[in-house]
Amino acid sequence: MKILTCPINGPRPMSEFAYGGELREMPDPASATDAEWTDYVFNRNSVPGIKCEWWCHTSSGVWFVAERDTVSDIVLRTFLHVKSVGGGA
Amino acid sequence: MFTRHERLKNSYDVVIIGAGGHGLAAAYYLARDHGISNVAVLDQGYIGGGNTGRNTTIIRSNYLTPEGVKFYDESVRLWQDLSQDFDLNLFYSTRGHFTLAHTDSAMRTMRWRAEVNKHFGVQSEAIDAKAVAEAVPMMDLNCGGHSPPVLGALYHAPGAIARHDTVAWGYGRGADRRGVEIHQNTQVLGIELEDRGSGPAVVGVRTNRGRIATRKLLCAVAGSTPGVLAMVGLRSPIYVHPLQAMVSEPLKPWLDPIIVSGSLHVYISQSARGELVMGASLDPYELHSTRSTLDFAESLSAHMLELFPFLSDVRIVRQWAGMADMTPDFSPIMGKTPVSGFYLDSGWGTWGFKATPVCGKTMSHTVARDENHVLIRGFAFDRFARYALTGEKGAASVGH
Ligand SMILES: Cc1cc2nc3c(=O)[nH]c(=O)nc-3n(C[C@H](O)[C@H](O)[C@H](O)COP(=O)(O)OP(=O)(O)OC[C@H]3O[C@@H](n4cnc5c(N)ncnc54)[C@H](O)[C@@H]3O)c2cc1C
Repeated sequence: MKILTCPINGPRPMSEFAYGGELREMPDPASATDAEWTDYVFNRNSVPGIKCEWWCHTSSGVWFVAERDTVSDIVLRTFLHVKSVGGGA
Repeated sequence: MFTRHERLKNSYDVVIIGAGGHGLAAAYYLARDHGISNVAVLDQGYIGGGNTGRNTTIIRSNYLTPEGVKFYDESVRLWQDLSQDFDLNLFYSTRGHFTLAHTDSAMRTMRWRAEVNKHFGVQSEAIDAKAVAEAVPMMDLNCGGHSPPVLGALYHAPGAIARHDTVAWGYGRGADRRGVEIHQNTQVLGIELEDRGSGPAVVGVRTNRGRIATRKLLCAVAGSTPGVLAMVGLRSPIYVHPLQAMVSEPLKPWLDPIIVSGSLHVYISQSARGELVMGASLDPYELHSTRSTLDFAESLSAHMLELFPFLSDVRIVRQWAGMADMTPDFSPIMGKTPVSGFYLDSGWGTWGFKATPVCGKTMSHTVARDENHVLIRGFAFDRFARYALTGEKGAASVGH
């Protein structure tokens, strides 16, 4: 079983985690153009590479960020998202 | 079976990236129906080595949207005489297809699909548990008490399976005989664009074996689509997750129809060789690799035993994965793009094998005339920007 390290709970089996997609900046809905908003809603960067992604440790409800290589599936590091701790975006 | 070409020519009328079923079918119909045979099909690997050779070969047309039903129905029609067309046995075998419903809401979707299907002349019926039991007497409708029982199913008589490799070979050989060049071990590394004031247009392709000039480029690369789109500066909603499958040791024939359970995340059919061909839903996260996992084999086996407990001592002999190019609405992305001369046949995710013939037909038309074929208009690249999705999830998420 593959192991992922939750920044709060430590190493846990992959089956305890849920994937939340790539970390992305939401454009300001008030000022974004239609094209920018559509791009944010639908388009994804699915090109292979090293990406920062949202993951959730479902047993404890901790959301965090993992930096992962989508080709080798190696996780380089996991950490708490600083802005989300402050209650911001 | 195929002519070997030592060298790439300097230019072709059409270049196709991907020698899977889709790319080869498009080449075949370009040469046969449109008289365009100065065509090169390039593949970084070998013919049919992508998802074409990795899929579980379910062919059906019992979809949910009118666009989907019409499109897949045309494909099922095209499948019927392909073996004669190719003079090659595709082992096309009509088995009947049962999509099991374990909940009232699933039953409601089955009735919905049956009505849409019948409206377009496709044979589908919502049936009750008794009819399922009669058709598949070995199935435990109570799922061993571990999962909600089978309440009924969508029965689709035309459901079929075929031998996947042969489909690529048949289209490939047919195209080859009509003058199309197939170049294996030829990877597209970049795409050259030119803008003469009316927006970007394709003028050439860079490969590991040299440059080719062309004004028409068809991209049919399944799980590699995002990388090729990046070469022309396009973004899309496609996301790539692996889809796994496995087969058992050969058994005496006992299962004629194809069985799918969305609730249990399993589907199963028995091949002409007697192997049980089994699959489940998509892997849970993005990955650009074809590794397989024990998790998958374990959970699929557990669910399989709920329906067919007597399989408990049957051995699994092979397991593999393919990279599925998924879309948010479970419909493909096909046709012209904002880059002129760049045509896309993508977003085929977990369900594109059955569509191989109709994709070849419609994409060859689209490339030859530079105009989207009428059957693919619901699948256009720009539908997301128009917020006009073609929602097929109810018919495509587990039953590929
Ligand atoms: C496990 C599994 C089960 C499935 N089950 C079903 C099913 O039951 N029914 C169904 O209808 N569909 C099913 N599918 C989906 C189906 O397999 C695909 O949608 C379909 O085969 C796609 O065919 P294709 O020709 O477009 O792509 P592929 O067969 O993947 O061909 C694409 C080719 O492009 C080549 N390529 C990629 N990048 C480059 C490059 N840069 N340069 C040159 N060449 C390149 C690759 O080497 C590859 O050979 C399943 C898929 C999987 C993975």
